[in-house]
Amino acid sequence: MQSNDIIAWFGDIGLGDRPTVGGKGGSLGELTRAGIEVPPGFVVRTGAFERFIQALEAEAPLRPVIEGLDPADLDAMTKATRAVRERVEASSLPDDVRDEIVGAYAALCGEDGRAPVAVRSSATTEDAEDASFAGLQDTYLWVMGADEVLRLVRSCWASLYSVESVSYRLKHKLPEEGVAMGVVVQKMVDARCAGVMFTRSPTTGDKSVVTIEGAWGLGSAVVSGEVTPDRWVVAKITGEIPVRDISDKHIEQVPKAEGGIEELPVPDDRRQQPCLSDEELLQLKDVALKAERHYKRPQDIEWAVDRHSGRILLLQSRPETVWSSKEAKPVAAPADDPLAHVMSIFGGRR
Amino acid sequence: MLDKTRKGFPLPSSIKVAPGTEAAQAAYPYYTQFSEEDDQRFWFYNSMHFPEPMTVFDMITAEAAYCALGSANTRVHCLPTTLGIDHRIINGRVYIGGNAVTDPAEIARRTEEFKQRAFYYYANWERLYAQWKEKMRVLIEEARDLPRPELPEFEPLEHVHAGRGVASNHYLLDIYQKTIEGYFRMWHHHFEFLLLGYGAYMTFFDFCKKAFPEITDQTIARMVAGFEAEIFRPDDELKHLARRAVELGVEGKFLEGASADDILKSLEQMGEPGRQWLDDLEKSRDPWFNVTVGDGFYHYHRSWNDDLSLPFSALPGYIEKVRAGENLDRPIEKLMAERQQLIDGYRELLETEEERAAYDQMITLACRVFPYVEGHKFYCEHWYTALFFNKIREFGALLAQHGFFEKEDDVFHLSHYELEAAIIDLMTSWSNGSAPRGPARFPKLVAERKAAIETWAKIETPPALGDVPDVIDDPAIVMLWGITRESLETWLSQGELDPNEIRGFAASQGVVEGTARVVKSVQEIDRLNQGDILVCQVTNPAWAPIFQKISGAVSDIGGSMSHAAIVAREYALPAVVGTGNATSRIKDGQRIRVDGGRGVVTILQ
Repeated sequence: MQSNDIIAWFGDIGLGDRPTVGGKGGSLGELTRAGIEVPPGFVVRTGAFERFIQALEAEAPLRPVIEGLDPADLDAMTKATRAVRERVEASSLPDDVRDEIVGAYAALCGEDGRAPVAVRSSATTEDAEDASFAGLQDTYLWVMGADEVLRLVRSCWASLYSVESVSYRLKHKLPEEGVAMGVVVQKMVDARCAGVMFTRSPTTGDKSVVTIEGAWGLGSAVVSGEVTPDRWVVAKITGEIPVRDISDKHIEQVPKAEGGIEELPVPDDRRQQPCLSDEELLQLKDVALKAERHYKRPQDIEWAVDRHSGRILLLQSRPETVWSSKEAKPVAAPADDPLAHVMSIFGGRR
Repeated sequence: MLDKTRKGFPLPSSIKVAPGTEAAQAAYPYYTQFSEEDDQRFWFYNSMHFPEPMTVFDMITAEAAYCALGSANTRVHCLPTTLGIDHRIINGRVYIGGNAVTDPAEIARRTEEFKQRAFYYYANWERLYAQWKEKMRVLIEEARDLPRPELPEFEPLEHVHAGRGVASNHYLLDIYQKTIEGYFRMWHHHFEFLLLGYGAYMTFFDFCKKAFPEITDQTIARMVAGFEAEIFRPDDELKHLARRAVELGVEGKFLEGASADDILKSLEQMGEPGRQWLDDLEKSRDPWFNVTVGDGFYHYHRSWNDDLSLPFSALPGYIEKVRAGENLDRPIEKLMAERQQLIDGYRELLETEEERAAYDQMITLACRVFPYVEGHKFYCEHWYTALFFNKIREFGALLAQHGFFEKEDDVFHLSHYELEAAIIDLMTSWSNGSAPRGPARFPKLVAERKAAIETWAKIETPPALGDVPDVIDDPAIVMLWGITRESLETWLSQGELDPNEIRGFAASQGVVEGTARVVKSVQEIDRLNQGDILVCQVTNPAWAPIFQKISGAVSDIGGSMSHAAIVAREYALPAVVGTGNATSRIKDGQRIRVDGGRGVVTILQ
């Protein structure tokens, strides 16, 4: 199936396509381009959203309603935005949009017509990544069947009309016409273990190590902090693993047969077992470096190991922000006399 | 062990001489006995160099070394913040204390001196180091040329006819004094470059730790390590001899468990190929078998040349590997390429060009000084020290022959002053034709002191004495012994940690579980079985061949640049060094886990 102005496959897009696929979609496309394996998927482009809204506008005004709101009048805001959200969630899609999404989902599923996918909003502007847009970061995991996908794509779109998002736009006088969103539809990974990793130490800012954290099952348990993950430090250059903190991983999140996820206790014999082998740690380190080299900046990455294939997949890679925003003081400057450096050892209290 | 009320270590005055050993303790020179004022200072047990109680003669090494270290620091290079190191002896153990310079004006004055001296050494390193090697060559030649001390019944006729005019007894004193003088001089050479070398390395090390807070010590060490350093040579020679044995078809003579003497005899008897191998052996022996099986600080740490059993016990293992088609050569080019990759890789990770320029300056200096840091031990602690103790042993044989004591090695229970007195006693009695007085005096002293050493070996001695200073800023102590405020805190809190966990320096990464073989001295190393984990006080180049047998290593003493660490990395064995007390906490035969990446040893049992 070809990419077009309604849907785009990851392999066909990159960061430059953010205006029409959003940040998350663009980033997954970019990783795919960089030769990094991500779970396959496509993005429902902003063009699809635009057609949908146009169809709604043709029936009854939508954007003018929003533009006419007074952000100070919380009651009116709450009522009006709820009505718009309900309209977005209840209305059916234009035929061409629906057919493209259903077709792409079928192509993604292959033989199995009901493969589980994640449906996630993919914001188009830097502003949209702001915390005020928290409502935009909608993620639905383990979604099965085309109807569910279509419903949740609309739910993502509807989140653009949360009270918080709307009042943010009104306060910043952002035109409603420019409001758009991509939606990522991506195959779920049945993860044996998953977690996060940083190509710059979150604790010391050291750029020579990759810090890897992981636990059994899906990565959501690590990201949400419900389980203390195992933690390793892997040296980028040597591949040494000087730090191995293996924790007691008491629960894991796994997919339910009927869709969605559930939390199960981890059997005793696996709780204190490391969830990754040394070989996998080194593979993860290599993938992390690939992403970092591609973006030319330290990365903050979500990863998973597929339970069936054993393959390492990246779910997300974004720039590290904490240390990068700090002003780094140079450790040392070259000296006119190179010997002067030894005074740092011999010269007294350091 | 520690004094709870003071949050410090016991005071020197609270450490009692073991009952019944008072006379043996008094045999150490007066200037090495603890005094009342010493309670005001901080001391630590130099278990790195002197892990076992020292006989009264062997203590000359502490004396000569601290004399030389101190003069280099205090008066030759004028280190700004430190003078020399004092030493004290109790129950055969050597405690040392630094002399810090704290007055800022004095530091400033010394800094000016230091720059004129140390910087000159750095700037002229290669020339001065080449000159150093020549000086060492001459010194070693001189020591080898000293004749064996002998007393003929009658002066040889040719001496008389030549009109020598000086009788043989005089030469006893001459040889002895030259022997002692040479040993003291050797230690000056030992310290001529040492602190400067370590300092340049530490400068680079500190930079790396600041730029890459999570870099491991071993990675930094690998960036400057040389691959043709002298410490690898003895082991390399053994591998070469193993290969030659197979090439010549004489490998069948090297049976596991056969004594070196038996093997040598059978080779002599087998004609040409055996003779060829023995020729090769001779070439390797001079000088590369002049490694002692300790750090060269104890008279009983004999060299491979004196006792072939250690190198020969390693040969069957190497021969088996050669026959299995394994290449025993160290892949120098590959290792060098890997080192370059490390240097380039970390360089690239630096933030700015400015930092890269500083990095280049520091690593250039560190790599220039490193051959000395790695190489000096072979010439000083091994080769020269082996010659020195053997010369003293010759005096021991002569004195034993004249009834001063029973065996030649008993001589090491006399201080170097007492030995000189005994020699003069012998000279005098030989000249007068009367009986020496020593035979009535020394046997009792020797017996007393032997018993004391045995008593002392059983007493656990505190790792440090006195109050912990606020700051340990003495570069010599930090560099040579790895002692910092933090490491002392760890010593003080040892009791509060998991009793089954022992922490040390992460020396070589990897995790292994196995049977602990606690080897307290080199005489016990034949107890090691394939796959055992070596637990020892300290290792040195002579131990290298046993690394082919073991699956991991743990030592009481040493940092990431110690011999055990370097060899463990070469053999890719997990190793934890500098644990302080692994040999006393781990029981022989226990199952342990060594995590060489984290520096943790766990007793599993």
